[in-house]
Amino acid sequence: MAAEKMALAKAINESLRRALESDPKVLIMGEDVGKLGGVFRVTDGLQKDFGESRVIDTPLAESGIVGTAIGLALRGYRPVVEIQFDGFVFPAYDQIVTQLAKMHARSLGKVKLPVVVRIPYGGGIGAVEHHSESPEALFAHVAGLKIVSPSNASDAYWMMQQAIQSDDPVIFFEPKRRYWDKGEVNTEAIPGPLHSARVVREGTDLTLAAYGPMVKTCLEVAAAAAEEGKSLEVLDLRSVSPLDFDAIQASVEKTRRLVVVHEAPVFFGSGAEIAARITERCFYHLEAPVLRVGGYHAPYPPARLEEEYLPGLDRVLDAVDRALAY
Amino acid sequence: MTVESTAARTPRRSASTKSTAGKRTTAKKGTGAAQGTDPQLVQLLTPEGKRVKNAEYDTYVAGITPEELRGLYRDMVLTRRFDAEATSLQRQGELGLWASLLGQEAAQIGSGRALRDDDYVFPTYREHGVAWCRGVDPTNLLGMFRGVNNGGWDPNGNNFHLYTIVIGSQTLHATGYAMGVAKDGADSAVIAYFGDGASSQGDVAESFTFSAVYNAPVVFFCQNNQWAISEPTEKQTRVPLYQRAQGYGFPGVRVDGNDVLACLAVTKWALERARAGEGPTLVEAYTYRMGAHTTSDDPTRYRGDEERLAWEAKDPILRLRRYLEASNHADEGFFAELEAESEALGRRVREAVRAMPDPDHFAIFENVYADGHALVDEERAQFAAYQASFADAEGV
Ligand SMILES: Cc1ncc(C[n+]2csc(CCOP(=O)(O)OP(=O)(O)O)c2C)c(N)n1
Repeated sequence: MAAEKMALAKAINESLRRALESDPKVLIMGEDVGKLGGVFRVTDGLQKDFGESRVIDTPLAESGIVGTAIGLALRGYRPVVEIQFDGFVFPAYDQIVTQLAKMHARSLGKVKLPVVVRIPYGGGIGAVEHHSESPEALFAHVAGLKIVSPSNASDAYWMMQQAIQSDDPVIFFEPKRRYWDKGEVNTEAIPGPLHSARVVREGTDLTLAAYGPMVKTCLEVAAAAAEEGKSLEVLDLRSVSPLDFDAIQASVEKTRRLVVVHEAPVFFGSGAEIAARITERCFYHLEAPVLRVGGYHAPYPPARLEEEYLPGLDRVLDAVDRALAY
Repeated sequence: MTVESTAARTPRRSASTKSTAGKRTTAKKGTGAAQGTDPQLVQLLTPEGKRVKNAEYDTYVAGITPEELRGLYRDMVLTRRFDAEATSLQRQGELGLWASLLGQEAAQIGSGRALRDDDYVFPTYREHGVAWCRGVDPTNLLGMFRGVNNGGWDPNGNNFHLYTIVIGSQTLHATGYAMGVAKDGADSAVIAYFGDGASSQGDVAESFTFSAVYNAPVVFFCQNNQWAISEPTEKQTRVPLYQRAQGYGFPGVRVDGNDVLACLAVTKWALERARAGEGPTLVEAYTYRMGAHTTSDDPTRYRGDEERLAWEAKDPILRLRRYLEASNHADEGFFAELEAESEALGRRVREAVRAMPDPDHFAIFENVYADGHALVDEERAQFAAYQASFADAEGV
């Protein structure tokens, strides 16, 4: 049987293993990815089986990691690099934004940069600062990058396969607090396109749109709302750039209400883009303004306050009530 | 303009400082390997606690009194006790995380005690011993590890900057601060702490460049504890780290990081160079992280016991104790008193941590801007209304 239950982190591990096996040009690079298997053990056992020239422990230098991955990609390799935590991608931000994102266009399409940048992101694990951030909007604003985030083990497995096969650079945001959640993975399935959203729960009264760690939260919200007789549809966006506006539009035309949920600060966040476009596309269908639930315009707080900061069941339900009250 | 005036400034304490320019060549002979024993390792106390002569650095600890030696010992013992308490508080769930300094006491106390009050320190996240030397209450260090704040002390209160988690960032802040010190014509020095892993970061390379170009009075104090989480120093460099300084045009020196006396002497030397307007120095304290990287780490995955055992034989505290005993600088009474003081410190830390309140929810919106911001005000008000809705619901 090809279907197996595994944790999300394990699914990524299995996906990386498959990529290393099937394409000798695939490389894994990053801090502590070798013997330690990464601080989250996502690359566990890969160096043992594929050797130090395929699974490369790098110096502690993010700009160096991404910059050399670009060079390797120019030489025909397909590097998959790990940034240890969300807040540590910024030393590499220059390389990602000024080089990785733009080289294809600058070379008039001659150069392809199939680089995957894996970033464990988001909060909820009680960490110290710079270990809990959601910087996806900072990358989504940059043309040339694809930004994706799986919410479950199966997507983690398949989206990683597709990200590695993509000839464009992909920023692969991994929902670290869902790493240990188990789900069914069918390693022989034929996956849908990387950039399509998916309805993960059908409903008629309102659409909740989310990606990554917030999908599970939204499913919990929908279950809680169902007990109060409200029927919520949950959309797993899966990709932030590009965004599957057709899928959101289809759902909103049915439910007529939309609440977008993400951990990142609401201000200038991906929810803002979704709200603006959906308002434009669905103006005559909407019964309520598109509402957003997310982080505040404040630094990610210390661990003992993160429950207040992160969108939880109550805060999302509150927004649902407000949208339904229009 | 300002830039030239920095580079061209004259020694600020030339009268009181012997010039050390040219005394040390920037290129110390190394083994060519990043690890292993180095003939150039500055050592004043052997692991057996024997005082060894060192022509270049003895002068910097020549006048040290038995009382000061006991003071260094006391600092190391209390710092280790504090560290052990924090580790067990983490195990008990009182702290979310802890980065232990076990094994690095001599590097931190030696360098920390070389500083003057008006010097400024830029630490990374493991400098609990340096914080101790600066008079930062150790319980203040625990707030960020408990998750109640992202800092916990006023950096200007003790000239001890906040801990920095992003690797290497603070070396540039230290350099800029030192450039400011020089512009002001002050004669204090700045010290930046970082790890062997951090030496790979671009920020650290840039701080070397800036400090050399502007002749900034900064000491780069690299604690090479052999590991950056699971990666050994060879994964960061192929030459001994102290030799890097040469390429930037300032001296580098490797000191036995488990020898508190040598760390004190070498850091004093480097600080005096800075004060005298002779620019930056790189000090590589060759030491060992005896524990895990942090309480989240599992070192059994990447290193064996042998290495740790070999380094335990070079324990910085034991080494000084042997010397104090052999030279009759400390008696049983001293050690017994210190033991009691250690216990009391442990108790105080434990009680303080348990009594540490969770932050007020509105702290999220505090100090986001110095000037205030309409969006933050709006979100704070929304948050307040939302909180109040629960109170209403519970109240009726
Ligand atoms: C920019 C950045 N990348 C990665 C990390 C994660 N990280 C925290 S500590 C550490 C190892 C640091 O090693 P080293 O500089 O030798 O200092 P040590 O902890 O050994 O004292 C890593 C990779 C980080 N904090 N910042």
